[in-house]
Amino acid sequence: MSRSTLVNWLLVLAVLVIAVVPLVFIGSETEFGGADGLAVEQIEADNPGFEPWFTPLFEPESETASTLFALQAAIGAGFLGYLFGSLTTRRRLASRVPAPDDPT
Amino acid sequence: MHIAEGYLPPLHAAAWTVVAAPFVVHGARAVVKQVREDPDTKLLLGAAGAFAFVLSALKIPSVTGSSSHPTGTGLGAILFRPPVMALLGTIVLVFQALLIAHGGITTLGANAFSMAIVGPWVAYAVFVLVRRLGGGLSVGVFLAASLADLATYSTTSVQLALAYPDATSGVLGSVVKFGTIFSVTQIPLAVCEGLLTVLIVRLLVKVSPDELRRLGVLRRPATTSAPQEV
Repeated sequence: MSRSTLVNWLLVLAVLVIAVVPLVFIGSETEFGGADGLAVEQIEADNPGFEPWFTPLFEPESETASTLFALQAAIGAGFLGYLFGSLTTRRRLASRVPAPDDPT
Repeated sequence: MHIAEGYLPPLHAAAWTVVAAPFVVHGARAVVKQVREDPDTKLLLGAAGAFAFVLSALKIPSVTGSSSHPTGTGLGAILFRPPVMALLGTIVLVFQALLIAHGGITTLGANAFSMAIVGPWVAYAVFVLVRRLGGGLSVGVFLAASLADLATYSTTSVQLALAYPDATSGVLGSVVKFGTIFSVTQIPLAVCEGLLTVLIVRLLVKVSPDELRRLGVLRRPATTSAPQEV
């Protein structure tokens, strides 16, 4: 494995560690609710009787929402993979074409 | 950083929409211009959009016991300057508002302002500054992406504080209150975002060094066989 590849995997590992540490150390005491939801609770706590003046036209159940989040990540990751493939191929093909003044 | 649908008073919602709209329109023109002037960078532009799409879907637990997500907008701002991310980031927000009921149409202006405008501009400013001061590519990318992430969430805190000032301590007290919810939770996530952005830039440098030189992200003059700056 080249040094560059190793660094890339270490970056992935570091992200995983940062994400997992809270789950391991304080995991049993909390549900890790979204910060967006906590802000909503804060607003409602500070303003008793608060009602949002507009509600989403379509609001999926939380289970369905998690599917949609996964779908969003999948679409993005799939597209990223395709783009990397295209870039790699383009670079390989381009390096094969000799420059006009190149004797080889 | 998604302010929920209907949770900004109408006046605030309208004001943020008015503020954000010109940036998004300008961003749309910047995207069209970029594709027209340098069609070879189309794939990189797609990668910048896709990266924001993936990262803003990743809810990561934080040490505060709540979870939040990165924004992914730093990458595009570094590669293409901030205006293109005003459009790409807003597209992500529209998708989430309409399909996942995360964020909202009434709060789209405010959310676009924090994620698609403030974040990218902070990323770009930090990146340019670090590079001018002689910092390496990875250091610049890491600081740019992570500070952009923090700036986005801090902007959300200020936006909510302006709409809901604390009864006794006013707007400032409220900034602290929402800042505790958002910005503190965000610190480890900002580090994650910085690391992931460094990772993708390293990968892009490998597959697309010529385009990155043309965009000014890589400095060395174009030579096909020279070792790449990483």
